[in-house]
Amino acid sequence: MATTANAATTTPGSAIARNEVKPQSQKPIYTRFSQQEMHACKPLMTPARIVAVFMTVGVVFIPIGIATLLASTSVVELVDHYGHACLDNSAAQVNQSLRTREERISFIKNPSNPKNCTRTIRILKLMKQPIYMYYEITNFHQNHHRYVKSKSEPQLQGQQASPEQLKICAPEDSVGGQPVIPCGLVAWSFFNDTYSLALNNGTSVPVNKKGIAWKSDMDKVSSTVYASNFQNNNPSAYIGGGKLPVDSPLRDNEDLWVWMRPAALSKFRKLWGRIERDLYPGDELQVNIQNVYNCFSFNGQKKLVLSTTSWMGGKNNFVGTAYLTIGLLCVALAIGFFFMYYSHPRPLGNTKQFSWNNEKQVKQRGFQSTQPRTILR
Amino acid sequence: MARGKNRLRFSKLYTWAGCLRPQSPLERQQSMSVGGPGFSRVVFCNNSAKHLQKPYRYKSNYVSTTKYNVVTFLPKALFEQFRRVANMYFLLAAILALTPVSPYSAASLIAPLVFVVGVSMCKEALEDWRRFIQDNEINNRKVKIHVGEGKFEKREWKKVKVGDIVKVEKDSFFPADLLMLSSGFPDGVCYVETMNLDGETNLKLKKSLERTVELDEDHEFATFEGKVRCEDPNSSLYTFIGNLEYHEEVLPVGPQQILLRDSKLRNTPFIYGVVIFSGHETKVMQNATDPPSKRSRIERKMDKIIYLLFLVLLFISVVGSIAFAVRTKFNMPDWWYLRPRDTDMYYDPNQAFLSGLLHLITAMILYGYLIPISLYVSIEVVKVLQARFINNDIQMYYPETDQPARARTSNLNEELGQIDTILSDKTGTLTCNQMEFIKCSIAGTAYGRGVTEVERATARRLGKDPRVLGDASIVEEGERSLGGDGSDVEMRPMSAKPHVKGFNLKDERLQDGHWMDQPNAEEIRMFLRILAVCHTAIPEVDEATGTITYEAESPDEASFVVAARELGFEFLRRNQSSVIVKEPGPNRVPVEREYNILNLLEFNSTRKRMSVVVRDESGQILLMCKGADSIIYDRLGRNGKQYWNATKAHLAKYGDAGLRTLALSYRKLEESEYEQWNATFTKAKTTIGPDRDELLDKASDMVEKDLILVGATAVEDKLQKGVPECIDRLAQAGLKIWVLTGDKQETAINIGFACSLLRQGMHQIIVGLETPEMRAIEENGDKNQIAKAARESITLQLATGNHQINLDTDDDNPHALIIDGKSLMYALEDGLKHELLNLATQCASVICCRVSPKQKAMITRLVKEGTGKATLGIGDGANDVGMIQEADIGVGISGVEGMQAVMASDFSIAQFRFLERLLIVHGHWCYKRIALMIVYFFYKNITFGLTLFYYEAFTTFSGQTAYNDWYTSLFNVFFTSLPVIALGVFEQDVSSRVCLQFPALYQQGPRNMFFTWSRILGWMANGVYSSLVAFFFTTAAVEIEAYRKDGQLAGIEELGAAMYTCVVWVVNVQVAMALSYFTWIQHVFIWGSIALWYVFLVAYGAINPTQSTTAYKVFVETLVDSPMYWFITILIPVVCVLPYAVYQAYQRMFHPMDHHLIQEIHYLQKHITDPDMYKQERTKAVEKTHQGVSSRVRASLSMELTKQRFYGDGHLQSTGEKQDSMPRHVDNRLESPLINGSLDKTPRNNFSYKV
Repeated sequence: MATTANAATTTPGSAIARNEVKPQSQKPIYTRFSQQEMHACKPLMTPARIVAVFMTVGVVFIPIGIATLLASTSVVELVDHYGHACLDNSAAQVNQSLRTREERISFIKNPSNPKNCTRTIRILKLMKQPIYMYYEITNFHQNHHRYVKSKSEPQLQGQQASPEQLKICAPEDSVGGQPVIPCGLVAWSFFNDTYSLALNNGTSVPVNKKGIAWKSDMDKVSSTVYASNFQNNNPSAYIGGGKLPVDSPLRDNEDLWVWMRPAALSKFRKLWGRIERDLYPGDELQVNIQNVYNCFSFNGQKKLVLSTTSWMGGKNNFVGTAYLTIGLLCVALAIGFFFMYYSHPRPLGNTKQFSWNNEKQVKQRGFQSTQPRTILR
Repeated sequence: MARGKNRLRFSKLYTWAGCLRPQSPLERQQSMSVGGPGFSRVVFCNNSAKHLQKPYRYKSNYVSTTKYNVVTFLPKALFEQFRRVANMYFLLAAILALTPVSPYSAASLIAPLVFVVGVSMCKEALEDWRRFIQDNEINNRKVKIHVGEGKFEKREWKKVKVGDIVKVEKDSFFPADLLMLSSGFPDGVCYVETMNLDGETNLKLKKSLERTVELDEDHEFATFEGKVRCEDPNSSLYTFIGNLEYHEEVLPVGPQQILLRDSKLRNTPFIYGVVIFSGHETKVMQNATDPPSKRSRIERKMDKIIYLLFLVLLFISVVGSIAFAVRTKFNMPDWWYLRPRDTDMYYDPNQAFLSGLLHLITAMILYGYLIPISLYVSIEVVKVLQARFINNDIQMYYPETDQPARARTSNLNEELGQIDTILSDKTGTLTCNQMEFIKCSIAGTAYGRGVTEVERATARRLGKDPRVLGDASIVEEGERSLGGDGSDVEMRPMSAKPHVKGFNLKDERLQDGHWMDQPNAEEIRMFLRILAVCHTAIPEVDEATGTITYEAESPDEASFVVAARELGFEFLRRNQSSVIVKEPGPNRVPVEREYNILNLLEFNSTRKRMSVVVRDESGQILLMCKGADSIIYDRLGRNGKQYWNATKAHLAKYGDAGLRTLALSYRKLEESEYEQWNATFTKAKTTIGPDRDELLDKASDMVEKDLILVGATAVEDKLQKGVPECIDRLAQAGLKIWVLTGDKQETAINIGFACSLLRQGMHQIIVGLETPEMRAIEENGDKNQIAKAARESITLQLATGNHQINLDTDDDNPHALIIDGKSLMYALEDGLKHELLNLATQCASVICCRVSPKQKAMITRLVKEGTGKATLGIGDGANDVGMIQEADIGVGISGVEGMQAVMASDFSIAQFRFLERLLIVHGHWCYKRIALMIVYFFYKNITFGLTLFYYEAFTTFSGQTAYNDWYTSLFNVFFTSLPVIALGVFEQDVSSRVCLQFPALYQQGPRNMFFTWSRILGWMANGVYSSLVAFFFTTAAVEIEAYRKDGQLAGIEELGAAMYTCVVWVVNVQVAMALSYFTWIQHVFIWGSIALWYVFLVAYGAINPTQSTTAYKVFVETLVDSPMYWFITILIPVVCVLPYAVYQAYQRMFHPMDHHLIQEIHYLQKHITDPDMYKQERTKAVEKTHQGVSSRVRASLSMELTKQRFYGDGHLQSTGEKQDSMPRHVDNRLESPLINGSLDKTPRNNFSYKV
């Protein structure tokens, strides 16, 4: 017998490997998982199913679109651009006329100037309570990174924040070594226009300012935190927005927390209060405005917004339109596919379409050994 | 072999050219240089203690192939990690996160980086650990070391020191480079197998110095002393220069005395040697190159995508920074609420340029999500899991050796799916290196009903009953082998005897002594006698059982002796001058006969034959000769050609069946004629000088004439199981298979036929330098002249070849290129290699023979770089290491020989046939998985990253994000990672069964249909679209108006959370649409990821606002009650995937791809209801190829058809018998126009091989 091949089967290396290191078999285990034979299913996209899927999407989306559009149109929204008008009105009270931006800025910056005015808003449609009252500011970058981070959570939670921690609030972090509470630019630029409402018949319209802020925002604030060293305590300080009372806890000031939650975009609204009575067509709402907040520097506008809500929220046609459009598009696609398929039907698993049965593709591929010159570069 | 009893002087038996020749003056001259520069090494034999001191302190024998050790791991592995551009970028981002520039908190940037780098490093550590274990196994092998006073003890290899005397026993590896002192044979020779060094399976003879031969007992080493001065460690395997100072004599030492580490002692009981080089200083280790780090094509392209994304990132960062600077300079002074006069440098209107620059850094960090930090780690995780599945594939497990497939480096999985050319070694890869005597032709009658693997495969292809071929048993056998069980046990109904290794001749006419009843019994007797006598094998008697085994120089020779024994001529003993054979006597009683060996005319590559001159007991002098048929034919006497025509026909058939054939002949010599010749021969033999070989050849020629042909043998170089089928399928999958072998041209061509890489009718283009003119130049020319002539010859041959192919566009008769190593030496030079490649790529098959390991690597590089396509190198020996490392993918056969190939490989399999599954199933899957995974990854990060950018634009690029820091950093880690991993690990377009049924599907990989730029950019565009929709739809929906019934308005928190929700939905729905394989795992991962986001949002929102900041209660308090929020989370994913859905629907409906159609067929169960159609498609679903069994069958069918046209109908009915009986022209190939002048000399390829 030929031993040559025989001897070769027992090299010392393999013997060691088999006898000492791996006594047990290395045979892989059979499971459906390990052999990648697990049961799998994905519905095959047959033409009928494709049409059905698009149709279904369309059929579901269109009613949603209609419903949300209806909800949106049911909302009554009144907007009053009072910023400039109100300032001009106030200026007129002291016989000034404001023509340029600079004049307006200097007028509003002067604390001794009168800033109040009254605007009349005519109700055209029935507005069912609750009616939400917002102020809207444009061109105000509350989402600027410098602005957004300029507040101290620990400080508001009542912790003794170190000067280091308060650095993010700079330059409104401390006054004369004493921390500013609440620190930072957000609080410092606190919006401070005020509104009081009355109907044209003289009955005042109460505005409920409770519950306008998110509860979570209020939760972040300890009830033992009081304003301190805030701009009102330093006559020499550079005054930004509104001042804060030092005798009531910060937590109770819901307007502040509404303001402190930064808006996403540079044009934003903030909830100011709720009118908890219906307003009828023909009603005229007299709004007395303390118009003190400086929007003129940054070319912003101030608006007062009264709006009811639907189950979807405020007046926003976008979602409804989008749903309707996409729904219609899907229906159109379903019909399109249906007719395309109808005019060029393809049997499923049509073997003629295999690349190897398709002359054009076969030709394109060519035969390997007859098209070699392209290989060399 | 028992020592003493049978003290056979091997040196007498073989007249080895070279080794016993007197030292040439050149060699003598070389040894003079010892002691000079480069030759400073001094080894004190038997005194290894001396080597503990300087300057003799050499490296220990501990070998380590690990990349790291405990100390270097951290710095080195970290360095490796941060060589990746993306990681470096993220490191910078993490460092910058500690400064106020960063828009994110430091932790949210550092944590993912630590995770990502940590995972990669763990993987590195694990792989290195495995290498360490392997090293350990080798370092702890045992060898006998002299411990003093003539005692030898077993010690670990790692304890072997330079200067030690070691005793290596039979069939063990040498632990280091040794200077051989003596061996178990009295003349100090030993046999060495250098398989691991050069892949050659034949044994090499080494011989110790005459002076040290006597040191062959343990006790003699008690006093042995000596000093070796020699060359410094170097990588040249075949040279060695040194002196041994022994007994006050200086003896020159050459390569003949050096036993190299990793080679193996064979056929020799033991040797003594002194360690010269150890550990990393050994020649084989000096040869080892660091494994190249390979990267797949896809990954390389991915880098380009990352650069592209970097550009995008840079672009949007610059745009953002410019916008920011402009706004800061011109607008910000008016924004009193930002206190423009009291700002720091980051927002200083007076230094807008500086602020802009700082913002650039911020922006780079901010939009960093465009570049997926987790991409690398996800890919790594996916590939490791893919590799696990490859390892666990039970259908690639080989029970015989208990070897499963192993993905040794997992980062090339997808490259498996893109292979274009396979470069295969032969011995041990395609063949088992096991010869079986399977057929013979005696006196014009063919014997042997055994069926070769090739015939079996052909028969199966033809759908023919294989019984026609002559053996009833093969039907079951064939079926079993199809079933793929690895057992090699074959049913042998013909005889109850157990299978004898090396013998597989099944013919009742010959077996059990029946041959004596045959009409031509005398010829058969002579035939068997030649087999039993004309060889150089040595019998070895197992004293316990009394059975005889044969030690032969090559396995084919062993098979002859075995065949002779099985048929009644048992070769019993050999002594110094004769061979004793037990053969059937006149009355069928076995008698022992002694044949006196008078002369032995050895084999060499020019002679292609061997002969013995013997005197039998009757005193008759016989010359027995076996050799290549063409050689024998030329030497047949006038009366010796009686059976020539019949034999030639048989030889042709054997050749086509892939068998190695030899013709046997003899002649009777008269006493006087012999005496006369013997004088000439002896004179030639004793000549010293360069003419010796020539004189010997001439002398041999004188007697090897007037021969009488007896018959021919056919030995099957046993192919590994399933090799022809596997090659067939691989060819059908469009893969090109080249064979690169160290074997001779004839052997290589034989195997080419056996594997159906070659077939009758192919035009063979043989490029070689074996022309008479070349030989003439070589004999007298100087080096330059030879090289010049050779180069010219090769240039001409290549040009003619190319020309030939261009003229000949006949598809039915393709070309095959056969080129040898010598020619390659010139053809691989810069000027010619493109010619060569051009020619080779136009040929259906390429076979390179006699190639050195280095040439294998060079060819691989040529193909890889020349064609730009992926190559796969497969081999089993150390000589394939270069090729394995050079190829895009190296596959090692974890066979029985050595581990080098496996160690160097990227994948190891136990059998060649598993390559099919590895490539066509795993390769196909992995390619599609990774390709889809990467494009999807970019898609999801673009979708996410760009929403950050858009929001930035609305915050005057101040660096504010809409999302909470932790949303962003967890995006890639938690909410989108598992589905993409599931995609990368489990995705299947079609099942493994279908992959194998439709090999053409594989071409999707090499054609790279799923990772084209259009596809990548398409997905990116999809990402841009999705980001636009996600951002603008969300902002439009939750704009300034109340977004819920209670009148509240959305701030950054609500917008961010809503938008993020939409993005999470979008990317997960998108992956669900892109997947085609949905198991519960995918469902859990995809829908679980979305659910996880809500869970996270709730949980994170519930913790202290100091930590959760903007996420505090954002979901439970504000979003959950808002119908608007829920409506947009439905709307936006639908809008985002709409284009993809339309594209998919359109493609599926009107331009389905192959795998879509197959999915449909399976969905409709058409493969069950209409099996004919299915079968038909399966047969059509192949790439056009000229390799493999199928193409051979196709060709032979079309040949039959042509014939039918000539001869009329009726010829086709009995194709089987036709093939058997049709005397096909022997040298069909020779009729094809050949280019090489040398062909007249060499080409009867099938019929010659080494004796």
